Amino acid sequence: MVDSSVVLFGQTLAYTFYCLAIMAVVGWFGYKVTTKGKGKVSNTLFYTFFGFLVVLGISLHIITYNTIPWVEMDLKRAQIEADKTFEITVEDHTFYLPAEKLMIECDDKVLFDVTSKDLTYGFGLFRTDGTMVMQMQVVPGHRNDILWEFKKPGLYTIRSTEYSGPKGIDMILKDVVEVVAKQEITN
Amino acid sequence: MSYIKTLLNGEQGLFKPNTLTPMQKLTLRFVVVGLVYYGFAVIEGMIMRIYQVEPITTINPDQYFAILTAHPLVGIFGSTYSIVFGAFLFLVPYLMKKPLWSIKLGNWTFVLIAIGTLIFWLAGFITHYAPLYTLYWPLPADFSQFSALGGAIFILGIALVMLGTAFFVVNVFKTIAYTPEGWEKQPSRKLLASALGLTGTGNLFRRKKKEKEHLVSLPVAAIARGTVDAALNAGIILFTGVLILVFMAGALLGYDLKETSIDALLYKNWFWWGLDLIADGLVLIFVAGTWYLLAMMITGKRLFMQNIARAALLVELVVSWTVWSHHLLSDQAQPGILKIVSGEMVTAFELVTQGLAFFITLATLWMARPLKMTNPLKFLLGGLLGFALAVPAGIMQADVGLNRILHNTQWIVGPHVHVAILIGLSMTLYAAIYILLPILTNGAKLYSQKLANFHFWAHLLGGIGMGAFMGMAGLKGMLRRTIYFDGEFNLYMILAGLCGTMLLLAFLAFFYNIVMTVGLKGVIGIFMPPKEKTKDLVAAI
Repeated sequence: MVDSSVVLFGQTLAYTFYCLAIMAVVGWFGYKVTTKGKGKVSNTLFYTFFGFLVVLGISLHIITYNTIPWVEMDLKRAQIEADKTFEITVEDHTFYLPAEKLMIECDDKVLFDVTSKDLTYGFGLFRTDGTMVMQMQVVPGHRNDILWEFKKPGLYTIRSTEYSGPKGIDMILKDVVEVVAKQEITN
Repeated sequence: MSYIKTLLNGEQGLFKPNTLTPMQKLTLRFVVVGLVYYGFAVIEGMIMRIYQVEPITTINPDQYFAILTAHPLVGIFGSTYSIVFGAFLFLVPYLMKKPLWSIKLGNWTFVLIAIGTLIFWLAGFITHYAPLYTLYWPLPADFSQFSALGGAIFILGIALVMLGTAFFVVNVFKTIAYTPEGWEKQPSRKLLASALGLTGTGNLFRRKKKEKEHLVSLPVAAIARGTVDAALNAGIILFTGVLILVFMAGALLGYDLKETSIDALLYKNWFWWGLDLIADGLVLIFVAGTWYLLAMMITGKRLFMQNIARAALLVELVVSWTVWSHHLLSDQAQPGILKIVSGEMVTAFELVTQGLAFFITLATLWMARPLKMTNPLKFLLGGLLGFALAVPAGIMQADVGLNRILHNTQWIVGPHVHVAILIGLSMTLYAAIYILLPILTNGAKLYSQKLANFHFWAHLLGGIGMGAFMGMAGLKGMLRRTIYFDGEFNLYMILAGLCGTMLLLAFLAFFYNIVMTVGLKGVIGIFMPPKEKTKDLVAAI
């Protein structure tokens, strides 16, 4: 499974390119519409554009389903056996972690099973440079579980990614998840 | 004319408030109050921009989150609802060529929205009630963090806005369907069927020769369909408000009602279904309708592909009822089928409907080449660009894969929300204000074109820039709805703050330009009772 930072980089490139292109198109249109010239718009162009939008809208999700590795794993997580499960509880704006340290080996499938006892919170994992690996919502009264496969060794911070009132701003557990290279734990 | 005289009487003294009809006054009141509340939202936005760079010591986190709660609500209800409702209460009768059904009810809408906004804003400011607009259950009933009394007053303010909205809905549909006194009987049912798209849908199944004609113009159809979402949304918010009030009343009377009796996920589905009737419903439909109207008014020509445009508006209405799940893609208990069908697939239709509206508007303008680059045209192009940037950003985050790494980051609120509202929506509204100004003021002349140009460029660049820098911070992991105390994202937040300053300056330039156009006496005159009790829309000069 590729690291989520790679996916984010690809998305940034695609969206930046699109923004520059559409700004150039509207700028060009703004100039041309004030000048003399043919003012005809063919129906073919319209229907081609319509078809393009339909294809684009549908294909985006098909492409991401087939290229972003965690999508299929997420939707089918109930049928996948995790290599490791961490049960975490959240109550009164505090994360309660398992007694043992959250040590993970690269390429292992790890299930984070987070339960809220009161409010709606978020559960996010962040790299040491502050970038986000992934997140999910933690809704009280429901199961909130996410299956993840880490590719890079390192320390990761848990942080609530959902607003739960002013008391929630300190819900940060720095560097509490450690990912190590395969077999480093047993060795 | 001296500066002082212009300040008092407006540009060349052309604006004479005593010549205004009650209908013109009503619309102008909506616009003035809407702009004042926009000013509130901009100042709140700037406070938060500064806070994201360096938390202000005199504003504690409780106060910060109260501002964060009030900011979007003041922006949407106090500002946008006021301007849009004011404009549409004028435009529906204007386009239907008959008087508004009830100016009195229109005045009630104005008063309720203005007062309701002030009440919830004050309640938030004084008591720091801050469950955000998302109100995720049971946060709004968490009285260990928030005052039950403050919350009850806050909800009362929102309820008044919704009541005003309900009056607007009644007025719009009554105006479409009613028969004015002394007129030949109007075909009420057929008018409503045309406005709601039933005639157009029926035509799809009729032979060409038997197709029924559209009795209402396309912009009126757009307003009617967006108003359906406004009505449904008012119902949802009112119901939710009552629900929260029950818990608040319990707390005030000393009873701790069991908050777990409400399912948090079901509540979230319910709430987002209602809220998306605004964000993905009436906003998109009203905006598309306004684009069409502006394109027709600017060019004086028929709309390109008019029938497709009507159909797309109806599709958008239905889509708006079925897209809410894109807000719950990170909720693991949400059924996967809802995530894919409602959250991804149906949501992707917004790319199609808004894309078609974008194309049809540009094509209509193109066919009238060469056009003069007037204020309405340039702001319309800005509005089109805003949605062309923001809608694809929204489609990207409404993806099960990408949502996992974007949800609740500054990306959501930057390139999607703020670019959609500040550039897409606001610039469309500015285009409407610039084009309606002479009609509503009986020919007042804009004070300064240079200020209008500055307004355009500062708003456009400031809005896109702010959204872009917020988005960059989001891609680096910066969350929304929290506070960073160590300047972790200062580079992006300083740049976003500078762009926010451009937005503030743009608004001040626009506001000053409008005040100098109508004069201080003119502004006061707008709020004075009208001299004539006519039902005419504009004065017969």
